[in-house]
Amino acid sequence: MSKILPAGTPAPDFTLHVTPDQTLSLKELRGRPVILAFYPADWSPVCGDQMALYNEVLSEFHRFNAELLGISVDGVWCHAAFARDRNLHFPLLADFEPKGAVAKFYQVFRDGDGFSERALFVIDKNGTIAWSYVSPVGVNPGADGILEALENLPK
Amino acid sequence: MAKLKVPVGPADHAQGPADAPVTLVEYGDYECPHCGYAHPIVKALQKKFGNQLRFVFRNFPLREIHPNAEAAAETAEFAATHDKFWEMHDLIYENQQDLSDELLSDLAKRLKLDARELARALETGEFAERVQKDFSGGVRSGVNGTPTFFINGQRHDADFELDTLGRAISEAAV
Repeated sequence: MSKILPAGTPAPDFTLHVTPDQTLSLKELRGRPVILAFYPADWSPVCGDQMALYNEVLSEFHRFNAELLGISVDGVWCHAAFARDRNLHFPLLADFEPKGAVAKFYQVFRDGDGFSERALFVIDKNGTIAWSYVSPVGVNPGADGILEALENLPK
Repeated sequence: MAKLKVPVGPADHAQGPADAPVTLVEYGDYECPHCGYAHPIVKALQKKFGNQLRFVFRNFPLREIHPNAEAAAETAEFAATHDKFWEMHDLIYENQQDLSDELLSDLAKRLKLDARELARALETGEFAERVQKDFSGGVRSGVNGTPTFFINGQRHDADFELDTLGRAISEAAV
């Protein structure tokens, strides 16, 4: 697999569904930091999974005026059910058709598995990747790296 | 590898000697079934390692998925101000499947604490800041779910079965 897009790279733009009838483009969020959190799949069987954790930490992300976007290859209906079940207060993007296309742009798609790595990107307000990280398989990366990257953004 | 950013200090709830060669810190949620599973494992480790081990518990309630977790954490903090943190901690985990406001009130009574005072503290959020402080410190340290353990300041990324944790503690003690 090629290496994950590093800091300093312009973040590839994309437009994906957030709900069955709504799409979101990365460039619409220009002007504020964006946290892009790729994860393998909805419904991972543990409490305190990655998305549930970020949901609890949202207020800390918002202190930096940052927008959090979760992204996986699951479809919009699956995301809707997952978000409702876990009470998520941030958008989940469906990287569904063509499957994993955005993950491939960011070089975090796992060929053979058919889903993405657990990969994090902090994108600055000008649309440049400021920090990126891939967590080892099976290890939830937590939120400390994201918060540190947000802190290190130029004011 | 994630490291504990907030050192263990006098504000922490700790069992075991401060100069024990190994300090085990748990970030836990009283409503999380995995933490309930870990509770007797920690007890067994304390028994096994005796004075070699100091155990510290910090709050990490996942409030959006566990509606009773915050109240439970605040109840344990309330008990702590009456020197009954660990009694309350144990009682909550032992009765985890019945967790509710009524249960917390009953447990307070069982420990001869004033249930009305507890109700007031929960209503005014007297201990909310304390719980939040634990939570924020945990996030900074890379807590990625519950329970998350740190052994001598290093996050323990393997499972928390008795053998696995015991081995990790033995290794840290050397």
